[in-house]
Amino acid sequence: MSRNAKINSLLLLLVAALAVLPLALGLGDDEEEPFTGADAQAETAITELEPDYEPWFTPLYEPPSGEIESALFSLQAAIGAGVLAYYFGLRRGRRQGEQRALRDAEPEAGRTPAEGA
Amino acid sequence: MHIAEGFLPPAHAVAWGAASAPFVVHGVRSLTREVREHPESTLLLGASGAFTFVLSALKLPSVTGSCSHPTGTGLGAILFRPPVMAVLGTITLLFQALLLAHGGLTTLGANVFSMAIVGPWAGYGVYRLLRRYDVPLMVAVFCGAFVADLSTYCVTSVQLALAFPDPGSGFLGALGKFGAIFAVTQIPLAVSEGLLTVLVMRLLVQSSKGELTRLGVLLAGNKSEAVAR
Repeated sequence: MSRNAKINSLLLLLVAALAVLPLALGLGDDEEEPFTGADAQAETAITELEPDYEPWFTPLYEPPSGEIESALFSLQAAIGAGVLAYYFGLRRGRRQGEQRALRDAEPEAGRTPAEGA
Repeated sequence: MHIAEGFLPPAHAVAWGAASAPFVVHGVRSLTREVREHPESTLLLGASGAFTFVLSALKLPSVTGSCSHPTGTGLGAILFRPPVMAVLGTITLLFQALLLAHGGLTTLGANVFSMAIVGPWAGYGVYRLLRRYDVPLMVAVFCGAFVADLSTYCVTSVQLALAFPDPGSGFLGALGKFGAIFAVTQIPLAVSEGLLTVLVMRLLVQSSKGELTRLGVLLAGNKSEAVAR
């Protein structure tokens, strides 16, 4: 593995560790419901601060179940990941193409007239 | 995590919408100008928007025992300057508000203000400041992305504290409460976002040197940047 690839894998590993540590250390254990969304907690805090507050608008569309919601979230991530992969794939392909073109061009320039004939 | 639909009083919702609108309009102008003058950057613009899409879909556990997600706005702000991110961030927020019931249309203005305006500007500001003092590129990128992420959620906390001050301790009491929910949760996620942004920037340095030079991220003829962390 090249030095570059090593550093890149290390970065990914660190991100994974940061995500797994709170779970592994059981940091959600003293919560009633571990690892809920911060936005749901904020809604609870609002109703504590102002018990009379009623949300005055409801979402136009709400995913009917947790499964559908997670499907749509994965769709969002998949679209993003797809575009990113397309970008880097295209760049890599272009670079390789350029290198190949350079390589192909060089021997011709260096060729003796006898070979060319 | 954005402010949920209907959870800001109408007056606040309208005020944040009015505050955000000019930034988004300005952003649309810069985006169209960028695409018109440099059609070759369309792809990288798309990739920056895609990065925001991926990161704001990843709900990650945090040290507070709750979950939140990064924003991914630092990368685009560093590459294309913050106005462009006002547009790309708004698109992401609209997608989540319309399809996922995450955030909302009435709170869109407030959420755009935190995630698509303050976050990118704060992150970009830190990045530029560090670069001016010759801090290595990747360190500046990390700090910029970290600040873009964390400042977004600090603004969210302020917005909620303004709307719902604590009956006893007022605005500051409520800010402490919302800050504990949003900002503290966000710290490790902001570190993750910083690391992921560095990773993508490293890949860009390897693959798109010409473009980064044109955008001023890499200095022309400076090869040491490519290996510097």
